[in-house]
Amino acid sequence: MSNVLAAETAAAPAAQTLSRGGSHKRNKRSTSVALAMLAPAAVLMVVFLIIPIFLTFGLAFTNARLISPVPARFIGFDNFVRLFGNDTFWRSLLNTVVFTIVIVPVQSGLALGLALLVNAKIRGTNFFRTVYFLPVVTSIVVVSMLWLFMYQPDGLINALLAKIGITGPDWLGDPNTALFAIIVLSIWQAVGFHMVIWLSGLQTIPGELYEAASIDGAGTWQQFVHVTWPGLRQTSIFILITITIAAFSLFSQVNIMTQGGPLNSTSTLVYMAVHSGFEQQQTGYAAAISLVFFALVLAVSLVQRYLTRDKESSR
Amino acid sequence: MSTVTSDHLGHVADTVRPESHTAGERRAWLRPTLVMILRIALCFVFGLPLIFMIVSSFKPDTQIFGDLDSWAAFLPVGSLSMDNYTGVFGRVPFATFMINSVFISISTVVLGLLVNSMAAFALSRIEFRGQKVVIGIVLATLIVPFETMALPLLWWVNTIPYFDGSQGWLDTYAVQIIPFLANAFSIYLFYQYFDSIPKELDEAATVDGAGWFRIYRSIVMPLSGPAIATVAILTFLPAWNSYLWPLMVVQSEELRPVMVGIDYFKQMGSGAGVSWGQIMAYASMITVPVLALFVAFQKAFINSVASSGVKG
Repeated sequence: MSNVLAAETAAAPAAQTLSRGGSHKRNKRSTSVALAMLAPAAVLMVVFLIIPIFLTFGLAFTNARLISPVPARFIGFDNFVRLFGNDTFWRSLLNTVVFTIVIVPVQSGLALGLALLVNAKIRGTNFFRTVYFLPVVTSIVVVSMLWLFMYQPDGLINALLAKIGITGPDWLGDPNTALFAIIVLSIWQAVGFHMVIWLSGLQTIPGELYEAASIDGAGTWQQFVHVTWPGLRQTSIFILITITIAAFSLFSQVNIMTQGGPLNSTSTLVYMAVHSGFEQQQTGYAAAISLVFFALVLAVSLVQRYLTRDKESSR
Repeated sequence: MSTVTSDHLGHVADTVRPESHTAGERRAWLRPTLVMILRIALCFVFGLPLIFMIVSSFKPDTQIFGDLDSWAAFLPVGSLSMDNYTGVFGRVPFATFMINSVFISISTVVLGLLVNSMAAFALSRIEFRGQKVVIGIVLATLIVPFETMALPLLWWVNTIPYFDGSQGWLDTYAVQIIPFLANAFSIYLFYQYFDSIPKELDEAATVDGAGWFRIYRSIVMPLSGPAIATVAILTFLPAWNSYLWPLMVVQSEELRPVMVGIDYFKQMGSGAGVSWGQIMAYASMITVPVLALFVAFQKAFINSVASSGVKG
């Protein structure tokens, strides 16, 4: 390694002439090596990612079942007709959208607050960052079980509320509070992740900007508005997109804590897709639900495209 | 940063406007104190539920509920025992679940590192026709969450032939590992990192007679420690935490990973006789090893998350 490094400067011109001289031969060989190195990942991605994406579109228009002796048959829009006539679907879509609309601003806002709180390089900062990040490395399955207990009618949260004289509801058993309860634990689990991403964004802002702003007499809030926030634009787009797509994918919490209940008040698109496609083995119907999900994701990525283009043109 | 800048600001305010001296001084003292109080309060918010989980795993159920209305809920007090742990081992084949999860996670990480770094190397350092198209496809798939195609994928892996010629991959280790090896995001992270390693190194090595694979193995990979750590962590966590997929593709108990094992306790959760102590013991056993890894390799964990946000 080290002798390669040492040879680097001396050999560079020689390498250039060499590659110019035998470029045709070398390129041909290079291409085959490149394809060989690319092949394992390429094959795996085609088989387990690209084909399933196309399958989602194909299967949605068939009556395919997970295990069936008869081959799947093309049935046109029947799955969609059935889906759009199903109240559970609309409720699941609504829940997914409500969950996302609440989670996106609240979680990204809290994460930014945490990031600002632990951005200063003073003693103990590392400790606080570590503690806030602990739920992120805890599996959502474990977190859901833990909060399932905390949300019991006689569980930890109601015991704490009783201390201050409030009689807490049956959080997960009441259709009015169940989705809210799931939102709270989801934020608790994931907010540390986005705190770290905000932090890495904050560190890209040059300190001189703050010095210049404070010389100009800008207060803390003005500094935030005129220096910090504009400097976080890239980061904020990334965070919005990742939180949105993660929120669309809500499944584990629901499956463990409420099974979509009570009265479908916590059912989501992914939960419904798993219920139809796995438990009821109706792959075609589940593919139709997945396609709706896919359309949501696509819409979000188009918004991202628009936002990033906007940034480039304004420069 | 907020406290640092407010200190700066305090200075400026003091020199410019002497009349606000005392007010500025009081503010400069007040703000760090409030910040510290808030930081500590948040420590409780994020730390206490996990402490509660671990502490409760050593308590009998009656005491878990009895302790709820005081700080005792978060303290290892009262009658403590390993009963919940022995109860877990009596109820589920915990060792099997654990070995499965370790095997699946490590296989996914090691094979994933190999497959994705090789692909990224080809894309970053070797010029070939169609390269731009391949990079475009990789980037386009970044946005697609696994959940959108989980159900069609389930049908697909149940349809395609297995290695021995029989139909379907369900109920194997392979179906828990192989679909997750190639990962667009891992390729992207490696690709970015490889691009930052000077290409002159390749040319020098070529002069020395090294082929592309040799350059990959002996030059580029040894220089890519941070990228390897990042990809390893970002592959390990979802593999260890995997829940939805094994829930659907594994029927046999002897192939089940730890996260699905928790469903054994969930099923009895609805009826009477639920043992919360055992649930906490199970949850602790599958969480504490990962928390320990995190605390030991804290910097690498945080950096890996931070670098996942650099893309734009």
